[in-house]
Amino acid sequence: MSTDTKTPSSLKSRAKSLASSPTRIAILIAGVLIILSFVEKVTGSTDISSPGTSGATLRFAIPLLMAGLGGLWAERAGVINIGLEGMMIVGTWTGAWFGFKHGPLVGFIAAAVFGLLSGLFHAILTVKIGIDQAVSGLAINLIAAGGARYLSGIFFPPVGGDRTVSPPVASFPTFTLPGVSPFLEKIDGKNIFFISNVAGMLNGFTKEMSLVTLLFLFMVPLTSWILWRSKFGLRMRFSGENPMAAESLGINVYRIRYVAVSVSGMLASLGGAYLALVASSVYREGQTAGRGFIGLATVIFGNWKPGGVFAGSMLFGFTDALRVRENKSVMALILVAGIVAAFLAIYFAFKKKWKPAIYAFVVAALALLLNKTVEVIPQEFVTVFPNFATLIVLTFLAQRLTPPAAAGAPYRRGSE
Amino acid sequence: MKRNRLFWGAVAPIAAILTSLFLMYIILSLRGADPFALFKLMVSYGFDPRNLVSETNLTVSYYLAGVAAAIGFKMLLFNIGIDGQYRMGAFFGAVVGAAVNLPPILHVLLIIIVAMVAAGAWASIAGYLKVRRGVSEVISNIMLNFIAAAIIAFLLSPKLLGSLPEGSQNVQTKPIPASGQMPTIKIFDGEVYSVFFLAIFVGIAYWIMLNKTVFGFNLRATGLSFRAARSSGVNAPGMIFITTCISGAIAGLVGIGTLLSDTHSYSMAFPSGFAFTGLSLAILGRNHPVGIFFAAFLWSFLERAGQVLEFEGIPPEIVIVMQGTIVLSIVIAYEVVARINLRQQQKAVGKVSSEVLSEAESK
Repeated sequence: MSTDTKTPSSLKSRAKSLASSPTRIAILIAGVLIILSFVEKVTGSTDISSPGTSGATLRFAIPLLMAGLGGLWAERAGVINIGLEGMMIVGTWTGAWFGFKHGPLVGFIAAAVFGLLSGLFHAILTVKIGIDQAVSGLAINLIAAGGARYLSGIFFPPVGGDRTVSPPVASFPTFTLPGVSPFLEKIDGKNIFFISNVAGMLNGFTKEMSLVTLLFLFMVPLTSWILWRSKFGLRMRFSGENPMAAESLGINVYRIRYVAVSVSGMLASLGGAYLALVASSVYREGQTAGRGFIGLATVIFGNWKPGGVFAGSMLFGFTDALRVRENKSVMALILVAGIVAAFLAIYFAFKKKWKPAIYAFVVAALALLLNKTVEVIPQEFVTVFPNFATLIVLTFLAQRLTPPAAAGAPYRRGSE
Repeated sequence: MKRNRLFWGAVAPIAAILTSLFLMYIILSLRGADPFALFKLMVSYGFDPRNLVSETNLTVSYYLAGVAAAIGFKMLLFNIGIDGQYRMGAFFGAVVGAAVNLPPILHVLLIIIVAMVAAGAWASIAGYLKVRRGVSEVISNIMLNFIAAAIIAFLLSPKLLGSLPEGSQNVQTKPIPASGQMPTIKIFDGEVYSVFFLAIFVGIAYWIMLNKTVFGFNLRATGLSFRAARSSGVNAPGMIFITTCISGAIAGLVGIGTLLSDTHSYSMAFPSGFAFTGLSLAILGRNHPVGIFFAAFLWSFLERAGQVLEFEGIPPEIVIVMQGTIVLSIVIAYEVVARINLRQQQKAVGKVSSEVLSEAESK
């Protein structure tokens, strides 16, 4: 996914080395899956590739994905949205309340509308009035959290004296792909190395899937198409890279940012509604649990690209799923990471790139050491894996990240 | 000009508070309540002597968070990591305090120093990332807050540094012995933590450091213009790093009052959310030690006084909405005022230059 055809050749080759071509990614995924199957065989832990885990992965990943895409939309247009968490709260609350009153579909629509409004609020504050983007976002988080509590106290009938939980909401209908899922199940049961593991994973994705899940997944290619194939997307990226230059070419930067940040709020809010309506069937206070911030992290992790955001949210959703399922799998996963790192070390050593080779070697050694010495990884650390991973990426790969140049900087029309 | 600035400095916060009161009026009216009666109730409840005592204690914590944020702001640093830093400080202060046995005053001093060092060291991670790696301190601090909470939750397990007192569900650190506890001052059936005096000292030290020392001058210079400071010989990146650490060290004091005068041990029940509170107070008080104090008192007053709403069937969390609105209104007010000033300056410049031009033409 090269963003610009006129980049100098050095940039081009760098973009290529980021493994951005589809075949490379496919090879990479296949490689990791083979190692995974191998590790499962050795350690006897079968939960990583079980349908239950991949189903849970998807359930955990979608809210992160939506928040991440929300962050992506805003940042691509040049506005950092720290209010994602608050906008997700808006979605969980309105989704649950309207879902409770009028059914889940209305819940989603209401979440979209109110999310759009919360995004618009952020846009007015940061674009029109020009206040600090971080202050605005944090204030939105605070107001949303406080407002949700206030409204729960008034609107939700107390459930056993508890006013922080909504009454149960009717869940969305799910469907299982006919033919495909039973077929995959059969293969999974046959215990063939690699193939069964892959089938098990795929089965989890296709079994009892919600239409909403599919629709939200579709937002990834849609965002990608809008950003790189449509006129609006070009203008949006332009506003995020250099608003002055964009304005001088007649682009209405303010309007673009209004639209982008509103959409950002809508996406995050829908992610929140998914938490209340699909991943569970109830609104609970603190349900978002920092997922808005993890969404922000996936934007960085995914290098401000829709595909990257998707990969990041799947990875973080996966660790989240393992956390709630079986701790033994986390150890197996560390072993996988160690083996992958070892391969990378050999690869870099062949290419005579010594520094990355040493890094990869250290990571591999650490992972294997951890696997030998520690029995279980504490829950707490699995929970903050996304935050930790993002810090590591920022620390060691900051040179390779390409954030929109003007994201976060205040911009006033007609002044520098 | 100076008088003008002072006037606007006072007008903006008051306008912000009035705006949020107005919003609250609307919300409460929608609920079918009589807003003015409720406001009256809140004021009388908030100024009740016993509540004033707990407000004072809360004010001290908020004040320290506000000063920590203000030091960062002077450097254009957005220290959203105060939450994690304060946790680190309180936790390691509690652990070390429970592990050693020292004469009374020394013991307390040791705990305070450990808290400041632990919090400052935690903040230094964000400082390092900012200076050496160019990572925005906002992002790194948000991530570090979550990581700090996780590390502490892990270390608090009874197998490691925590303990589970009999008949309690709450894991906490081992209790700090009497020699490491700070006295309280008894007024109106309540107890004011003596950390109050420490907060006053911090406020004065902050002001002196900023306005009367070379270090403070360099700090402000770097905050105003990184490049100008650097080219005039200030080690600007170093200043950013040190400022981050100092801001973090002050944040480490936030939990000291509760720890040494009340609970004597750290548990997960220690409140969170100090980061945004601190930032709000620094904004509201314009980074001035006295301004921050008033802001901190307003915040704790609102929180305590808001509790009375519960008895009237109104969820007290409305106060949180009110706090958020105050912050937003005030930054908007500052922004608008700055814009008006700028326009006036531009007009003045335009007038002078057109006069000069017409003079030149007439010659």
